[in-house]
Amino acid sequence: MDSIKGSSWQSRLAVVLIAILLVALLIQAVANPGQFVSQLLIGITNGAIIALVALGYTLVYGIIELINFAHGDNFMIGSFVGLTLLAGFGIFAPISGDSGTFIKILGVLLALVVAMVVCGFVNVAIERIAYKPLRNSPRLAVLITAIGMSFILQNIGLVWKGPAQVPFPELISSANIFPGDAIIFRWKDLFVIAATIPLLLGLSYFIKNTKQGKAMRAVAQDKEAAAMVGINVNRTISITFLLGGILAGASGVMFGLFNGITVFNVGFTQGLYAFTAAVLGGIGNLTGAVVGGFLIGIIGSMADQYIGVRWTAIVIFGVLVLVLVFRPRGLLGDRSAVQGGGE
Amino acid sequence: MVKKYALPVVLIALAFLFPLIDPLLEAVLGKSLLFSAIVIAVYVMLALGLNIVIGFAGLLDLGFVAFYALGAYVTGWLASSHFKQVSFSFLSAAPTETVSGNAVPGIHISFWIILVLAGAFTALCGIIIGAPTLRLRGDYLAIVTLGFGEIIPRFFQNGDDLGGFNLTNGTIGIKAIDSPGLPFLPDSLPAWQQFGTLNLNPWYYTILILVLITVYINIRLRDSRLGRAWISVREDETAAAAMGINPVTTKLWAYALGATFGGIAGAFYGAFIASIFPTSFSFNVSILVLCMVILGGMGNIYGVILGAIALQGLNFYLLPQINTWVHRIGDAVGSPLLSGADIPKYNFFIFGIILVLMMLLRPEGIIPNRQRQEELHSGDDDQSITDAARA
Repeated sequence: MDSIKGSSWQSRLAVVLIAILLVALLIQAVANPGQFVSQLLIGITNGAIIALVALGYTLVYGIIELINFAHGDNFMIGSFVGLTLLAGFGIFAPISGDSGTFIKILGVLLALVVAMVVCGFVNVAIERIAYKPLRNSPRLAVLITAIGMSFILQNIGLVWKGPAQVPFPELISSANIFPGDAIIFRWKDLFVIAATIPLLLGLSYFIKNTKQGKAMRAVAQDKEAAAMVGINVNRTISITFLLGGILAGASGVMFGLFNGITVFNVGFTQGLYAFTAAVLGGIGNLTGAVVGGFLIGIIGSMADQYIGVRWTAIVIFGVLVLVLVFRPRGLLGDRSAVQGGGE
Repeated sequence: MVKKYALPVVLIALAFLFPLIDPLLEAVLGKSLLFSAIVIAVYVMLALGLNIVIGFAGLLDLGFVAFYALGAYVTGWLASSHFKQVSFSFLSAAPTETVSGNAVPGIHISFWIILVLAGAFTALCGIIIGAPTLRLRGDYLAIVTLGFGEIIPRFFQNGDDLGGFNLTNGTIGIKAIDSPGLPFLPDSLPAWQQFGTLNLNPWYYTILILVLITVYINIRLRDSRLGRAWISVREDETAAAAMGINPVTTKLWAYALGATFGGIAGAFYGAFIASIFPTSFSFNVSILVLCMVILGGMGNIYGVILGAIALQGLNFYLLPQINTWVHRIGDAVGSPLLSGADIPKYNFFIFGIILVLMMLLRPEGIIPNRQRQEELHSGDDDQSITDAARA
């Protein structure tokens, strides 16, 4: 539909610019294919982590039209929970790189599950305390509350682990799967992809095939009509927040294991990246969030390689601004960001 | 009439007499309040600028720090030896020749001209940023402004090598910024000829006058045709458009004017601190200023000033004080956790709680905007709409 409609000079310009960028990338890819493929794989791995967080933004936006600003910090809480379980105390700790494979797998699974549960409930609690009383308030009031919650969570992280970066135990090998070092794809990267796919499939099954998922779709379409046919709207909203929190928790632990570090304000940047991904794919659209997540991951890793690491954040925030300005509905989205029904 | 002007006149008189009261306070408290008073005044100005955007026009701007940073960097560029390639002086209070008689490298323009230039430059930036984005709905606009608020300081951080050109000197920042001054004054007033670090009075009066100008313009704007247009766009954009108000132009005015005050405050701050770093312009500053506006009461000028003073007062005095108490309790109880705690580090915890609690319990702020109350009590005295001071 949009390819037919999109004949303004702006979209033509955008197509030309994107084409130039792709050609430039292609030239780099031909010049050094190993480096390009490695970078692409890193981008996909990063993208998987971002996609899981982006789903949380998009789920919540789809159902109550709120940008849950505290979501990124919930992701940070997830990585801290995982870190505490793996390196802090308890029967499994300290699990280090020297422990047996079985213990390591058990530890990682436990960390993932506990972080998912904790983050899910933190998200539900935030909704109950901070957003539910404001359900009929102006949109900006809830957004400001969300920013407040974000700072509260961030400071909980600051009290918990201090201001410095905290190392994560090296549980998953950084060794390359492929022989030689032409193309680099590490066991860590495989772990992230392998953990993401079942989560995505599970979410998709839940939304499409369960009664509760059907209720979520109904509430997203029309709250009042959903209430009239007997759907418990408040419970459905809580479950949406629970799902978003679960994904953020898993993503947080994966981020820590993948990058080897975490820090109290990691949620701010990662959260903004994920929000960019959600907007790029079309906020409110679940497939869009996943596609956007992988795209942002790839854009980030390409910027790391070909523009310079210190410009990556600027590139991604630039994408955010450009998408919102020129195509606020995103690539796949159908919810209009422009007042009065869109362009 | 007397009742209407009594409070503002008393407050302004107190503000002007503050440097005289300060030595007495110093004797009691053991430290001078003048430095923090100047920083608070800078934040009052920032909060008043943001108040135009949020309070009057109802646009949530999460990247206000960008304009503050731009203003500060304008001072850095135009009043320091940063651009060593050129040598240009214009009415500057700083010496134009080095000891050996050579011309001083860099651009040195009078601070008073820079204030105007910084305001104009940030207004232009506000228009450039605002023009394509202001048609977005409120929450999207907030995120776009946040994006810009993140991009601009990062750009300053990375701007030391733009194709070989050093624009911002990276993380090291721009140092040794010229002090302002009024060189034409008689030699009996050395502190005023060239503002120094020993006598802060000239700085204080400069920012005080800037704040008063800002307050005056804020009041005049609020009561103007444009101010009423802002309120109508804020309350119902569609209805406002139907009445012949162009919502985008109206919002653009708010955005550009807010940016102007942010830029001027930044320009002053750059000269006052004399060295600027990209790290001083983080997202936290945007949130701190947002907190001030929300705590005081969106749209109420007195409320916003009170909010700025309260929160910076919290930062400067209450938190260090609480820190000392906690340490004493920690020492008494023998708890190393308490006696080693660094409470001021957690100030944004308190700001986060303030944002949440204010939105949940009193979204109109400590001193609410009279206009919104008046709208609830329609049919009352119309005169009092323009008369928030009487409260």
